[in-house]
Amino acid sequence: MDYFIELFFSGLSRGAIYALIALGYTMVYGIIGLINFAHGEIYMIGAFTSFTVATILTILGLPLLAIIVLTGIAAVVWSASYGYTIEKIAYKPLRHAPRLSALISAIGMSMFLQNYVLLAQTSDFLPFPTLIPDFAFMEPIAHIVGSTDLVILITTTVSMIFLMVLIKYTRIGKAMRATAQDRTMAMLVGINVNRVISATFVIGSSMAAIGGLLIASHIGQINFYIGFLAGIKAFTAAVLGGIGSIPGAVLGSVVLGLTESFATGYVSSDYEDVFAFSLLVLILIFKPSGLLGKADTQKV
Amino acid sequence: MSETILEVHGLTMDFGGVRALNNLDLDVRSGEIAALIGPNGAGKTTFFNCLTGLYLPTKGDIFLYRRDKDKKISLKGLKPNKVTEHGLARTFQNIRLFPMMTVLENVMIGRHCRTKAFVIGAFFRGPRTRREEEEIIEMSHRILEKVGLSRFENDFAMNLPYGAQRRLEIARALATEPVLLLLDEPAAGMNPYETIELVNLIQEIATDGQSILLIEHDMKLVMSLSDRIFVMDYGKKIAQGRPEEIRLNPAVITAYLGEEVDA
Repeated sequence: MDYFIELFFSGLSRGAIYALIALGYTMVYGIIGLINFAHGEIYMIGAFTSFTVATILTILGLPLLAIIVLTGIAAVVWSASYGYTIEKIAYKPLRHAPRLSALISAIGMSMFLQNYVLLAQTSDFLPFPTLIPDFAFMEPIAHIVGSTDLVILITTTVSMIFLMVLIKYTRIGKAMRATAQDRTMAMLVGINVNRVISATFVIGSSMAAIGGLLIASHIGQINFYIGFLAGIKAFTAAVLGGIGSIPGAVLGSVVLGLTESFATGYVSSDYEDVFAFSLLVLILIFKPSGLLGKADTQKV
Repeated sequence: MSETILEVHGLTMDFGGVRALNNLDLDVRSGEIAALIGPNGAGKTTFFNCLTGLYLPTKGDIFLYRRDKDKKISLKGLKPNKVTEHGLARTFQNIRLFPMMTVLENVMIGRHCRTKAFVIGAFFRGPRTRREEEEIIEMSHRILEKVGLSRFENDFAMNLPYGAQRRLEIARALATEPVLLLLDEPAAGMNPYETIELVNLIQEIATDGQSILLIEHDMKLVMSLSDRIFVMDYGKKIAQGRPEEIRLNPAVITAYLGEEVDA
């Protein structure tokens, strides 16, 4: 039973990380109908920023809590500015072009960023400092739930609640929903749609940066390629839950994380991806719009 | 009274080889209900799209007079959200609400362009932001009450009956505090009872001093509501004047009923 609970929590925290990234995919898709393939790279950049800042601060000898907070802020700001810039450079000029053009631009952006980090940093795996300590109060159950898992779950939950409040109750949230539902009409009620789209990229990128920080300190090493794999997984999770739907992205991520965790634990870690993508195929066959997605009926 | 608030000069819109609007002149005066009529395909909606910045007209000028600010603003080439900020608001022939937002939110969002707080305000809710938000909600309540939708406030817009959706569209447009309200076939698809309600609503809004320019097919409605009428056919203005003048205008009769053929 302990083993089951252990797998459950590790799956849950894995799903939580996916969710942080998947939200960026789903929000951008909801608003401009684009799969932002460079989003995984934003997460990778978040991890690299965290690495640099955390290492410097560790050398400077700051207290652990200060390191975590400052690193988090730096990662969020840096990744958000990347997200903002990517949208301005690679997507905005293609706003009225066919969807395929923007998609290819996104893939190009993703390749560019991977290779840019490869050249500017290194192709080696970098050891990431352990930021999250083993809490004393977690001692009795440490063999089931790690302290890092706990931190990941709490951080993710807080981020989700923050996002939910932002979208539901604030003015920018209303503007985002309006833009997603009818962009032309949103302009006609005086919403500056470009600003809303930028804000969406900034928010999505910030979430991904938090994910990058958490996973890097969990796994303990990073390289330029982590964004690609995480991006694909998070994208899968977003599609699983119904792309464009925010609760869907969270649900899809949790389902994907649990599936992977149980597959690893009960079958073999070699089969982790087989199960994850088989699940995607099954969902797409039986419910093509995803778990919480709405079937989009085209008017003919 | 009766100062010009909207002035359109020589407006021309080409789509490839098709001239949808041909050298159109039009003006709307403060406090009046003006109507734009014409057979299907005459270019009425194209005209609205040019005014609100959805299309960039090929030629011509559009000026909006803000008497309160003593300014003459050229609207040509501005983005739709800027046009709305300057004081034009519109509704659509086929209703375009935000279907997954509540009725109240649909109206509140119309206030967006009149308030300052944006992203920063969302994160750091200072007293000013909060006050602004309260004012928006209060004003939205008032508008909803006026159009008679108070009891639907928390319903999703998509669940409203058809006539109510139309009125909600008008409410949302009013929330932007427009200098001129553009209504694109507000009575389209309404039953006679709903149409009467709508006429009353439009008259009530006009009584409050709101200037209105409307496109409409329903002749009876146009004749009973409008102070002045413009008639279009094939992108050109063929007549303008008071309702009783238009009713007798031979060019208008020809456009609507076709030319008489001598046997």
